[in-house]
Amino acid sequence: MESFSIEYLGLIPLFPLLAFVIIALVTRPLKRLSAYLSILAVFASLLVSAWALYSLVIAFLSHASGEALVKELTVTWFSVGGVALPAGLILDPLTAMMLIVVTIVSFLVQVYSQGYMHDDPGYSKYFAFISLFTTSMLILVMANNFLQLYIGWELVGLCSYLLIGFWYHKPEAAAAAKKAFLTTRLGDLGLLVGILIIYFTTHSFGFAEIEHEIKVGALSGGLLTVAMVCVFLGAVGKSAQFPLHVWLPDAMEGPTPVSALIHAATMVAAGVYLVARTFEMFAASPDQQALLVVAYVGGFTAIFAASMGLVMNDIKKVMAYSTISQLGYMMMGLGVGAYAAGVFHLFNHAFFKALLFLGSGSVIHAVHDQDMRNMGGLGGKLKITFVTMLFASLALAGIPPFSGFWSKDEILAGAFEKDTLLYIIGAVAAFFTAFYIFRAMFMTFTGKYRGAPAHDSHGSAGGHGHDSVHASASPEDELRAKVKEHASGHGEHGIHESPWVMTVPLILLAIPSLLSGLLGSPFMGMAFQSFIEKGAEVHEELNYTVMMSSIAIAVAGILLSSLVYYFKIIPANLISRPLPWLHAFVLNKYAMDDLYGWIVNSVVLGASRAALWFDQYVVDGIVNGVANLVGAAGGALRKVETGQIPNYGLAIFAGAVVISAVLIISGSTL
Amino acid sequence: MSPGYLTLITFLPLLGAIVTALMPKDNLRAIRLTAAGFAFVALVLSVIVWVQYDTNAAGLQFVEKVPWIPSLGITYFMGVDGLNLPMVVLTTLLTFLAILASWHITLRTKFYFALLLLLEMGIVGVFTSLDLLLFFLFWEVELIPMYLLIIIWGGPRREYAAIKFVLYTIAGSALMLAGILALYFFADANVSGRTFDLLELAKTNYALKYGPVFSSVVFFLLILGFLIKLPSFPFHTWLPDAHVEAPTAVSVILAGVLLKMGGYAIIRINASILPQALHDWAYVLAIMAVISVIYGACTSMVQNDLKKMVAYSSVSHMGYVLLGIAALTPASMNGAVLQMFTHGTITGMLFLLVGVIYDKTHTRLISEFGGLAARMPLYATLFVMGGLASLGLPGMSGFVAEFTVFVGSYLNPNMQLFTIIAAAGIVITAGYIMWMLQRVFFGPLVQKWQHIEDARGIEVVPLVVLVVIIIAVGVYPALVTNVIGGGVAPVMANFTKAGL
Repeated sequence: MESFSIEYLGLIPLFPLLAFVIIALVTRPLKRLSAYLSILAVFASLLVSAWALYSLVIAFLSHASGEALVKELTVTWFSVGGVALPAGLILDPLTAMMLIVVTIVSFLVQVYSQGYMHDDPGYSKYFAFISLFTTSMLILVMANNFLQLYIGWELVGLCSYLLIGFWYHKPEAAAAAKKAFLTTRLGDLGLLVGILIIYFTTHSFGFAEIEHEIKVGALSGGLLTVAMVCVFLGAVGKSAQFPLHVWLPDAMEGPTPVSALIHAATMVAAGVYLVARTFEMFAASPDQQALLVVAYVGGFTAIFAASMGLVMNDIKKVMAYSTISQLGYMMMGLGVGAYAAGVFHLFNHAFFKALLFLGSGSVIHAVHDQDMRNMGGLGGKLKITFVTMLFASLALAGIPPFSGFWSKDEILAGAFEKDTLLYIIGAVAAFFTAFYIFRAMFMTFTGKYRGAPAHDSHGSAGGHGHDSVHASASPEDELRAKVKEHASGHGEHGIHESPWVMTVPLILLAIPSLLSGLLGSPFMGMAFQSFIEKGAEVHEELNYTVMMSSIAIAVAGILLSSLVYYFKIIPANLISRPLPWLHAFVLNKYAMDDLYGWIVNSVVLGASRAALWFDQYVVDGIVNGVANLVGAAGGALRKVETGQIPNYGLAIFAGAVVISAVLIISGSTL
Repeated sequence: MSPGYLTLITFLPLLGAIVTALMPKDNLRAIRLTAAGFAFVALVLSVIVWVQYDTNAAGLQFVEKVPWIPSLGITYFMGVDGLNLPMVVLTTLLTFLAILASWHITLRTKFYFALLLLLEMGIVGVFTSLDLLLFFLFWEVELIPMYLLIIIWGGPRREYAAIKFVLYTIAGSALMLAGILALYFFADANVSGRTFDLLELAKTNYALKYGPVFSSVVFFLLILGFLIKLPSFPFHTWLPDAHVEAPTAVSVILAGVLLKMGGYAIIRINASILPQALHDWAYVLAIMAVISVIYGACTSMVQNDLKKMVAYSSVSHMGYVLLGIAALTPASMNGAVLQMFTHGTITGMLFLLVGVIYDKTHTRLISEFGGLAARMPLYATLFVMGGLASLGLPGMSGFVAEFTVFVGSYLNPNMQLFTIIAAAGIVITAGYIMWMLQRVFFGPLVQKWQHIEDARGIEVVPLVVLVVIIIAVGVYPALVTNVIGGGVAPVMANFTKAGL
């Protein structure tokens, strides 16, 4: 089994690619078959990925380390004018871990989607897109060079676009899809420029070669910093870091399972993955300036997004800001040099955040609403959803032994050693995190149901939250409309737990939410970190001060949240009443959307309109002016004109001869 | 001596034009099939040449060289290499598809198809000719059918557009002829006498012999006509007008191949014969290129007419071609040629797409549409694919070409700033494409298009053919790059030889 050959890695994206092609071209009319095909394909990928990981783990356990845990394969994709454009695969602990995360989450999300999307008219298309996404994401994480990574990078962006805009008839979805694509592309421009700088200096796209070239000094100093900051810009876009985070909350217009897969667990983590993959290059910048940028952008994003999570009322928006904030943590971890901790958090977060999204989807599926102000008391009805989400919330809040605790604590410990300010930022953000996630939990699952009055007319729908009459609408807006109508809402009595295809994935994700952190805990000798660092000895001094304060902060956050939203001892508007402008400002996302809207509408479109005006009246004006001038002159000479094309030809020729004659004469004196 | 492939490919359409013109005018079906048949045979022949072209052997292949007017040194000289072979195939392909897209033309049908075939002859001739005078003749021949196609089958402002197009081109041609004559008269003619043979002319080092001023003057006489054709800012304003008025098929050929005559000629003539001048003026060209890229993209953004948007996007995308040429590295030059090929397929597809919707709705205004995807899923899918190709999505050919241009251009240290600015074009391009897609296809369906039918049958065939090519080249670029490389290498060798 150890003989996993690197070539087999190519199979992993091949399965979902085939599923995509077959669904798109053949099985589209057969929705069940399309779904099974897609799920089967990703399961096959999962098996091969598991095999790949297993081979590395076996090697790791037999104390292989360093390059012994890395396998690479590079071929030339094509070459032009002396530039060879490579295609290549890498299998190392980082990639193996990512492969497993991507295939597991994709598999579970697809199983879940069978229930969530069951009467959507675009069912087959949905699975085709998910398969294409899975393919692209796998290509991204197994690339051993910048070019191929960039290709996967753009393709996941495409799939994100297609899936955010899946319910394209909704204007908000169409606008959100476009916004996501354009915002991330702005970041991609940075990545592209970074790649150009790196290629210019190192003449390579391959990660390993570039690292080598940097070691021998081909790229160093300020230019290296610039290059890596450019690369980081790509990560800022993809991982929704400040100031390019604005697309992710809007991306919640997509189906909720998509949010779980793409906008929580995998694609948005690609930015973190990119920084991790090129960590050596970042670290080689003078005084680690490039890493410092990563750390501060990440830290700021962590607290900035968490603060918005505090005030959102839409359950998916809370999760979205939470994701942005947690990605910020990962970036901060990498930035302060806690490489393994950042990656560890990516790993843990993928499971518990996917669970939070899928759980939210289950809630939305049941009540057909996303506004937590219309929820409450659902814990009794949606027991599985509630308990599994509670696991994930504890993981997110950072309560041991749940998974998030171990990685978040290690990031904070890393920050503590490196930079007190970053530690404080991280600690405050952790407090916010515990508070907002339990605010969401209390608002959703405890207290009294605050939704639309009960009308059990749909009780006969038999556990299916969806209504085929509204088949073309999304589950999210379906009941939003119904609630307004007051005619056929699912009252409290019509609320049912989701079908097993949806709850089983929740349960399966709850397991890693509880346990995955232990892999990197002191109890297991920080095995995860050691593995990710290719077998390097990780003997970190446990920082008990940080650890204890982390726990204290998380508990305090939960406690305060419970006082406000469970026990209701502290009024929720304690801050918003005396400071309404502050609440409004945060709720308005710090006016970032307004700022960008102004930039796009006034600056970009204004400049474009100016360019068009210039084109019509200046450039073309000159052309027409010249033509009119000639025409006027021609009017005087019109008697010479006969309208015969041969005559014009003759004139052209004569003119040309004259010009050349002039040239010849002048030329001889040059 | 039996005619070679290139002669056949060039003149078969002429024969087709004559045959079509002689057919009874009422039998529309026969006329269409005949025209399509000739175009198809030309396409097949050019594909045969493509397949048989030996990518391992450098230099020209399928050469036909016969003295024509020996006293003036004019030869009938044709041949293909990596520079023009992709363009020849592109021309025969797009002409065939354009004929399919013209199936519904009922106004003076046979004249229309005859002119399309005549146009094909002119364009193929431009690409295959290696004698400057022959080249010039074909360059002018192409004008006449193009002019007539716009002025007879065009939109409301067709006269203005057609005349603008012709005058603009002729102005360039006049200067070009002067340039050609200057090359002719000042070439080293010790051995073989005066000649218009491009390869012979390239042996003269004009800059060394007559100084930089002379070579620069000749350089500009030649390149102005090419920059107009390309078109590069500030010589581009004929293009949107011509496109808006031209019928769909003509737009396809206009944007798909006619523009490439400009880029091709710059490489074949300016770069090959006057390398020093190109090197000296590279900055100017690069600035024009970058302005074209950004300015073209910005003006695309605020167009309400779909066709004008695509037309301005051509200005933007052809800017990458000019940048690749101006950067003068082997990779950038390869990228430029590749970009010409891919832009031909992508923009051809976009114009076809616009034609389909125009035929159904008689409007092209973006503001008139909305939510069409609900009624036209196949058409919407194809349009999204065309749009993605245009904005350079990996997996499609546009990405490969643009990436090659960027990497190649950035390798020239003097071009790095220009490259970064031009690369910003990909964001703006994504902006106008995505915004357009959103307004046309997504959101709620506009009531008046409730009963609109999806694209089907012969409307879809050309689009699918182009999508397949776009993806094939995007996934396996060596299909095209292997051919191009052999054509670019000798041009670049010229620069090396001249110590540039």
